[in-house]
Amino acid sequence: MTLYLWLIPAFPLLGAIFNALIGRRLSRQVISLVAVGAVVASFVVSVIAFFSLLSLPEDARLFHDTLYNWIAVGSFSVNVGLWLDPLSTIMILVITGVGALIHIYAVGYMEHEHDYARFFAAMNLFVFAMLMLVLADNYLLMFLGWEGVGVCSYLLIGYWFNRDNIAVGTDEKFLSPRSSATKAFVVNRIGDFGFTLGIILMFWTFGSLSFDTVFAQAPQMVSVGAPVITIMTLLLLLGATGKSAQIPLFVWLPDAMAGPTPVSALIHAATMVTAGVYMIARSHILYELAPTTLEIVAIIGVLTAFIAATIALVQNDLKRVLAYSTVSQLGYMFFALGVGAFGAGIFHLMTHAFFKALLFLAAGAVMHAMNDIIDMRRLGGLRKIMPITFWTFLIGALALSGFPLFSGFFSKDEILESGYTHGQLLLWVVGLVTALLTALYIFRAVILTFGGTPRWKEGEVVGGQEEHAHDAEKPHGLHPHEPKPIMWIPLVVLAVLAIVGGYIGLPEVIGTSAFAAFVDPVFHQTPIPISPTLEWTLIGISTAAAILGILIAIWLYVRDTKLPARLVSYYPWLYAVFANKYWVDQFYNAVVARPGYWLANAFWMDVDGRVINGLADGLGNLFRRAGQGLRSLQGGYARGYALAMLIGIVVVIAVVVTRL
Amino acid sequence: MLTVTHYTVLSAILFSIGAITVLVRRNPLLMFMGIELMLNAVNLAFVAFSHYLQDMSGQVFVFIVLTVAAAEVAVGLALVVAIFRARDNVDVDEIDSLKG
Repeated sequence: MTLYLWLIPAFPLLGAIFNALIGRRLSRQVISLVAVGAVVASFVVSVIAFFSLLSLPEDARLFHDTLYNWIAVGSFSVNVGLWLDPLSTIMILVITGVGALIHIYAVGYMEHEHDYARFFAAMNLFVFAMLMLVLADNYLLMFLGWEGVGVCSYLLIGYWFNRDNIAVGTDEKFLSPRSSATKAFVVNRIGDFGFTLGIILMFWTFGSLSFDTVFAQAPQMVSVGAPVITIMTLLLLLGATGKSAQIPLFVWLPDAMAGPTPVSALIHAATMVTAGVYMIARSHILYELAPTTLEIVAIIGVLTAFIAATIALVQNDLKRVLAYSTVSQLGYMFFALGVGAFGAGIFHLMTHAFFKALLFLAAGAVMHAMNDIIDMRRLGGLRKIMPITFWTFLIGALALSGFPLFSGFFSKDEILESGYTHGQLLLWVVGLVTALLTALYIFRAVILTFGGTPRWKEGEVVGGQEEHAHDAEKPHGLHPHEPKPIMWIPLVVLAVLAIVGGYIGLPEVIGTSAFAAFVDPVFHQTPIPISPTLEWTLIGISTAAAILGILIAIWLYVRDTKLPARLVSYYPWLYAVFANKYWVDQFYNAVVARPGYWLANAFWMDVDGRVINGLADGLGNLFRRAGQGLRSLQGGYARGYALAMLIGIVVVIAVVVTRL
Repeated sequence: MLTVTHYTVLSAILFSIGAITVLVRRNPLLMFMGIELMLNAVNLAFVAFSHYLQDMSGQVFVFIVLTVAAAEVAVGLALVVAIFRARDNVDVDEIDSLKG
């Protein structure tokens, strides 16, 4: 029954190895066929696994397949095993399903790039690592996947490592792809450090890292709120904030937009950044034992959601709006986890994967059409020229803002509702305001990108564009156009998912939630009963927030287009706070990056350059000088040697004889 | 009557002459002769002691020394010929290309 589970990660791994080793010598058709085929095959197996899991009775839905013993040292034993329960099933379906669509899109998006095989090898390797992360049956194997996705993220953010600047036709200065990749990796290392310590503490406490042992022992061995479990969950949380771009480690995600757009869609929107959410949901038994940590998770989530939404309001770069939006939506998921509504968090994870991947891919289509211009002040009027992109982006925007009957509506509403019913009134209000801001910033993006009149000219050559020209054949002048079918078909499929994806998780007053019925047994939760009147009221309030946000956006950017500039001049300090991203980057630069740089410099110049190098050089010099002194003894005067020998022998014999 | 002391003194004199020859001469052929003289001085001492102690092993050593001396001269002369062919000169003081 479970024998074929290993095929799910195996296909992308083989695809990655194939493209990495011999992809360079093959045609683009073969490379893309292998890369897309690997993910699609993995998706097919995942669907089969999903249905065979579904055919089991509710409380027996678990495939646990131990492949082999990985490490066995004394009492420390770790298996490589796959663990498929409803939670990881949702994850693998999202990863392989959305991943396959993004791979197909990337075939069109990347067709002019030189390093085609490198891109797809890294993408497939990422899918493999992500699948290992969610299928692992113990924390160490999960950590392997966790680091693997980090490495792939690094490789793909820095895909254009030889370019200094990705943004075209903008006066804004962004980090180069290499610096962004390094930043993402280093910030994640800080989180991973916490994760590692958490794993060590877990082994120290429970003597095991496998899910079944840890989750079985935890409730018996530690009491609710014990310091050890609080520290353990806080350390794991630090890891999650790094990977999922939450306060305090969210700064890397916006810069990660320096990577190609399919990478942003796959890694930095749909899958990798949700690893932290998955990990906390997976460890829900530990987190339920640590109410303090859960409280902190909820606060971090809401704060991140709010702060990222305010920053997204003033970004000019379309992809960066989406990046901050991702941070903000991940904040919602953390909020859901924090109030104990794990199912709601995972539900939002899934719908978010659909609509955010859609938004990113549509933004990529805009970039593709506009010769890499992504600054919204240079866009506009694309509604007529790129109707498919416009309508799919609009669907994604409606889903993101929680417009009724779109997928984001159901999932976000469920999160806010659980926040309310779990008594977190203050956080619920902030979440509601964030929902309004979400609708505002995404419709600002829709209107600035697709609405109004063009702020560009047909045939215009944009500054700095020549160095970005993918190949000589491509005309340099602007000539926006609808993308090819290989790019818009994934958009349409994702748009359909962004609409219907929510209907498997209907609120109680409307229908039954198939999603909750499938996933909630993992969390052993029964929903808190809630009166229909209250539920309708809550739905009404969050809907009102979303629609109000959309109306404000239309008012500000369609009706009274001078107003945003006037608002900026009325409240310059508020604008400065948002536009400078709360000076978090500057703060980290001053507190962490610069001292680290100085320390590294000191170690390099003084410790390594003087002490270590001095030791090595000194030793060499010692022998060199000694040799210099001794070489005068070998003058090449053979009779001199003979005399020395004679004297030596006479002395030795004299000593020996007189001793006797 | 010749005693073992006479042989020993003669052997020492011969050895010293050989050693001085090796030290003061620059011609490798003469240096070889000095070395031969030193070896045979030792041989003389061996034979004298062998006779004095009535022990044949001293004479066995003499044969070994003679054999080694013959081999050494063969190799040495071959080297001298090779050096002469290469440099047209066999003055030992001039042969110093390996000096430090």
